[in-house]
Order: sequence, then structure tokens, then C-alpha cells
Amino acid sequence: MSTEATSTESFADSHVLDPAATTLSQDAISAEITDIHAAYRRSVLDGAKAETQPRIDFAPYRSSLLRHPTKNLHHADPETIELYSPAFGERDVHVLESDLTIQHNGEPIGERIVVQGRVLDGDGRPVAGQLVEIWQANAAGRYIHKRDQHPAPIDPNFTGVGRAITGPNGEYSFTTIKPAPYPWKNHHNAWRPAHIHFSLFGTDFTQRMITQMYFPGDPLFSLDPIYQAITDADARARLVATYDHSITSHEWATGYNWDIVLTGSNRTWLEETEGDH
Amino acid sequence: MTQAPNTPAPALKLAPTPGQTIGPFYGYALPFAKDNELVNQARPGAVRLHGVVTDGAGTPIPDALLEIWQADEHGNVVSKDGSLVRDGYTFTGWGRTAVDNVGHYTFTTLNPGATEVGKAPFIMLTVFARGLLNRLFTRIYLPEDTEALAADPLLSSLDEAGRRTLVATREADGSLRFDLSLQGEDETVFLSYPRES
Repeated sequence: MSTEATSTESFADSHVLDPAATTLSQDAISAEITDIHAAYRRSVLDGAKAETQPRIDFAPYRSSLLRHPTKNLHHADPETIELYSPAFGERDVHVLESDLTIQHNGEPIGERIVVQGRVLDGDGRPVAGQLVEIWQANAAGRYIHKRDQHPAPIDPNFTGVGRAITGPNGEYSFTTIKPAPYPWKNHHNAWRPAHIHFSLFGTDFTQRMITQMYFPGDPLFSLDPIYQAITDADARARLVATYDHSITSHEWATGYNWDIVLTGSNRTWLEETEGDH
Repeated sequence: MTQAPNTPAPALKLAPTPGQTIGPFYGYALPFAKDNELVNQARPGAVRLHGVVTDGAGTPIPDALLEIWQADEHGNVVSKDGSLVRDGYTFTGWGRTAVDNVGHYTFTTLNPGATEVGKAPFIMLTVFARGLLNRLFTRIYLPEDTEALAADPLLSSLDEAGRRTLVATREADGSLRFDLSLQGEDETVFLSYPRES
């Protein structure tokens, strides 16, 4: 097991990996990705189940080398606490927190967008009244974070953090600024596709997830080892929002739709199984 | 309700959305005031739950975010809002904390009670980190009820080394110590649940 990837990084600049790693070319990283994807497609042709989640062991994303468990996840039958989720509500989140463009005195720079959709569980049921949190870079590709060293301008009118509580049909809506791609140091000339981080809760805590929403047609998709850690093309497509002109509003903002599907609730079917006795 | 089911979990109707890493820049977005204080430190029964998160080289991970979810001291699963605006009095059962510069985390919480008579009490834990492409789940068992621990279905399905990674240590001052190793010889046992795909 290589230990070069993370052992020399410092906290002050912790997204910077071992400088040796940054000399790797995009071609070398892309070749690794291509090989893993080809092996995955062969396994599916041979009858393996399609994957829906990223590999946690995905070497092209160098920071993952020492940070993924090597043993298989151990199956657990969910017990009481695991069948429920924390409750959030209006006490926790103000309605204005879903508008990231009104948090300062002036208008942020960039392309104003609305991102909306629904949070559903694996049975297609809406997840109502639950917390959705987002964070993102600004229109120049810069995060308001002390560790972000990218020499792109900070926008004094944009923090890039929002929260919402889903409605009765699982719906959410954020008004924000379209984030830009930004460079990182996984390898030489590495750039992340533009994305918004999403944090989600379900009805069971086992449905808890954090992910990233991407924008359609991003030319960086094929080059990005984080996105490509999802080996299945259909699964990757589920992270890409859809441009939706019905969400776009006249002379105000362009609109995107993105529905999120959590894993399946275990509470309902276990209760029904219990009822069968 | 919590017996191992004798019927297989039903298939999902929709394919779940993939997870992605939390990345390095969550620090200005997800932490909030008193996020790791499920109860006030002055409350009778308040317990410190703490430990260190390490990687496959044994190096502390300085950019991980942990969340816990647990029953109250009587084993009741609570359903109360207010986690994000702690009033110091309401126990919501959920907390979040970013580890510090040396990979150390602390929660102030209560010892959860058994959710059913004879069950081993545990706290559910979720791990997010830069470099970790999807969240990990595990359980933090309280060490005291050795009879219940011996009878626990999950612990019974593990070898001794794996079992040891899931049971917290009670320190002299009453704190619970629970270290997390994402990789290596002492790798923590992480869990999967039915209906994930």
C-alpha cells in the first residue's frame, strides 16, 4: 500500500497533496480511470450487478488511498435508532436561508440560478420536512474557506452556504450563483467540474448522504477522478442536473431541476413484516 | 420490530443517487454553534464521547466530519427539532462535529439507554472526510452491559478483533473513548444496511 499520497500534507494547506503526486499527468490519471471502468463494464457483462455508488477504493483520486476501509462493509440488520432520523423544522432553518444571493449588502457576481427538485426515498416516496444543506464555490471558482488557496477573487457578497427544509412533497428550491470549476492538486492541471455540495437526511439515519450536483455538459466530467469514481455511466448521470426552462424566470434567473433519491427506508417494510405475524 | 427479518428486503423502486466525498471545504458550511453539544456540559449525566480518526498510515485525519444519532438515557428515540439552534435544554439525539487539527473529536452527550430490554445500547456514527468517496456508518457500543454485548446479533457476527473496534472504552472520569481507524490492522468495522441499492 502506497503511503505517499497523504502523509506529508499539512493542515494549513490540506488540499495540497504530496508534491510528487501533482507531477502526474492528466493522461496518466485518465488511463487509470479508463482501465477501472473497462474492468467494471466487463464484470457487468459477466452478470455482476450494476453499481449505484462511487467506489470508496478508487486510486485515481489519490486522497482516497489511505482513507478507505479495506475490509468489506459488514451487514447489519437495522435496529431501533437506525430506523429513525433526527427531526428538523422551521425552528432550525429560516426560509430565507435557501436564497444564497441575499446574504450580504450587495448582489453577488455571476449567473443567478435556481436549483430545485425533490428528495425521494428508494421507494419513490417524498421525504418531507427534512434538512437539505448546500455549499459551493463562487462564480470565480473560489470557496470562502481558509484552506482554499486558489488565486481567484472572493466575492464579498457571496458566501455560498444555504439550507432548506423540504416541503410536503419532498420539494426544495435554492436561489444561488452558478459556481465555476476550480483547480486542485490531485495531479498536474487537475480541475474539478463545477458542482454544488448537497447534504441530505431521510426518514432513517441509514439514508444519510452527502453528494455533489453537477451541471449538464461540463467538459471536465471525463477528467475528474471524484466524479469518475462512480464507475457506472447511468449512476454518474444521476448527479447531473437538468436545465429546465419552466424553472427559468423572465429576466431573472436560469433554472435547473435535480431530484435526489435516497436509499430505501427499512422502517416501513420491517413494521409491515412484523404486522404479518 | 427490530428482530432480524425472515423475509428479504424488498427491492428499491428507484435507483439511489450516488454519494460523493464531502471534500475539503465543508468547514464554513456544515459546522454550527454547539453542534457537538447534544446536552450542556453542566447537565447531570452529561458524558464526553471522544476519540481520534486515523488513516491507513496511522496518521490523524484533520479534515473529517462526524455525526452521531442516538436514543436518550431511557432508550427513547426522540423526535424533536432544534438541533441547529441548541437551546441547551432540548435533547434531540443528533450531533455533528468536525475533527480538530490533530484528528480529535468530542461530543457532549448522554449515555443512551437500551431501546429494548436486554439490548446493548449503542450510538450510531457517520463518518465523512476528504478522500472518503462515500459516507461510512458504524456503531459505538457502551462497554458496561457485558451480557447484552455478548448476545448482540451484530457483535456476535464479528471476530474478536472486529468486535473490539465497536465497543467504546469507559475512562476514569466517565468519558467514552472511541477511536476510528479508516484503514489498517485496527480498521474499524463499518456497516452496510438492507436496501442500499
